[in-house]
Amino acid sequence: MGLTMVEKILARATGRKAVRAGEVVEPKVSLAMSHENAALVINQFLEIYKDTGLMPKVWDPDKIAIIFDHRVPAESSKTATNQKKIREFVAAQKIKKFHDIRGDEGGICHQILPENGYILPGTVVVGTDSHTTSHGALGAFSFGIGATEMASVWTLGRVLNVEVPRTIKVVATGKFQRHVLPKDFILYLIGLITAEGANFKVLEYHGPAIEKMDISGRLTVCNMSVEAGATSGIVPPDRETLRYLREEAGVKGRIDIFGPDPEAEYARIVEIDVSDLEPMVACPHTVDNVKPVSKVGKVKVNQIVIGSCTNGRLDDLAVAARILKGKKIARGVRMLVFPASFRIYQQALKLGYIADLVKAGAVVMNPGCGCCLGVHQGALGDGEVALSTTNRNFKGRMGNPKAEVYLCSPAVAAASAITGYITDPRKGGK
Amino acid sequence: MARVVLKLGDDISTDIIYPGRFMATVLPTETPQYAFADFPEFNARLKSGEIPPGSVVVAGKNFGCGSSREQAASTLKGHELVIVAKNFARIFLQNAINLGLKVVVCPEIEAEEGDEVEILPDKVINKTTGKEFKVEPLPKARQAIIDAGGLIPYTRKLLLEKAASRKKA
Ligand code: SF4
Repeated sequence: MGLTMVEKILARATGRKAVRAGEVVEPKVSLAMSHENAALVINQFLEIYKDTGLMPKVWDPDKIAIIFDHRVPAESSKTATNQKKIREFVAAQKIKKFHDIRGDEGGICHQILPENGYILPGTVVVGTDSHTTSHGALGAFSFGIGATEMASVWTLGRVLNVEVPRTIKVVATGKFQRHVLPKDFILYLIGLITAEGANFKVLEYHGPAIEKMDISGRLTVCNMSVEAGATSGIVPPDRETLRYLREEAGVKGRIDIFGPDPEAEYARIVEIDVSDLEPMVACPHTVDNVKPVSKVGKVKVNQIVIGSCTNGRLDDLAVAARILKGKKIARGVRMLVFPASFRIYQQALKLGYIADLVKAGAVVMNPGCGCCLGVHQGALGDGEVALSTTNRNFKGRMGNPKAEVYLCSPAVAAASAITGYITDPRKGGK
Repeated sequence: MARVVLKLGDDISTDIIYPGRFMATVLPTETPQYAFADFPEFNARLKSGEIPPGSVVVAGKNFGCGSSREQAASTLKGHELVIVAKNFARIFLQNAINLGLKVVVCPEIEAEEGDEVEILPDKVINKTTGKEFKVEPLPKARQAIIDAGGLIPYTRKLLLEKAASRKKA
């Protein structure tokens, strides 16, 4: 009997030949990521050490990454004080993979990790963020945990009591039409299997449409796998993975490339031919309320958001810039752009995308989570509608439970910016 | 015996339980004030102290979906609520167990606000309607953490064992 990707990775991380779905294991962690919620992790970490007579010391400062992204620059004195405490902890514990609020190396955690070569195929990665599933794009088993669980990882270097998850194999065949993007594929899949369709399971992606997809697209797909409830998304590493790691992420050391066994046992197999896929839209207030753009009707939008860990990469900005170059964003619509990292921001500057977007009327903000989670930088008014390339449209997600959020690809977002209502990019604006 | 104080549907996200705009507040001692902040009436009842510890929230499928924010568990733990849901999202369930929030997986549960329920290890009895509903066990992988009273004491124990074995070596 063969093993799935995740069974293989967990076997390696526990020093065993094989592990099977349903077993309980305690895998060694290769990378443990937190963002501003490190403030809570630190609190819980110190709590573990309380009254033990031991000096609080993280198990391996080289394997901990902390990235400020959720509220940058700080939106309140409370956040600023938390960030200050984290900086002090980082210095005291000698944590090196720390990305502060800086124009040369800052950005969203799920972009910073891959682009700096922190993620390697075949490893176990945990993060105190549900979209830690993103890093499966590079062939890691990468999943979200809570702050107390992270404190436990900081202490012991392994995740306690992990039940080896079952895997759903997703096979994507065919070729995407023009203006149909990886975001449309993952929205379609979530609509198909529902928001809890992969709960406690892993989504393992295969097929020619995935093989042709670059790492940026795979990051989008794995990022949103959690919206189907998945513990993680994962793409077996291949030449594209190697190319990305060597050329873009600057990885010099050894890289292990392996896939699942051909006779691996899956909970379910889902086949999708992407050739007929239309641009998709997730309508309020659940991510699985997905419709093809042609069935959404005429929805007027007030705010358009391009960015986030889902769709704030260079190719996403390129798509938007191409559509908006020389055009104007409709009056009454405000468009906010958040590049996923400062590296991307600098590249987009050089390539002229930022200028194209700004000339069209977009407001380009500093890289970070921005308004994605409804804390700052672009709240919605009562009754307003946002169309966003982010990954969640839950009630209140963008800070106002009386507003509505629709999710889409950067192509749909950009085409809609021109018309002022949700628009099929294949038909173009106006 | 406990009373159902809130009845919710499917896919209750962590944004509903603990809205993102309060995420700068992290300490378990401070989070309870924002529980269900976007349901102002229920939030006010929680804060007024009229809801006794052990009161029950009944929900549908996929309770706690979305963010990994642990505030969503600590805010409910702070009021000692018991969550009976058809099922839970993975990270929320783990956070709940790690913090010692009482969660009950009850796939067929039927109960309305005001109903009196009795929660037993293997079933929930709705005393108001007289109906009984089977309880599914929590993931067996987590039992040791539940028995230890949460992940902090559990990890502390392992840490001390590790330190002791180092000393010996
Ligand atoms: S961009 Fe949004 S979804 Fe991504 S890490 Fe930030 S808050 Fe989370």
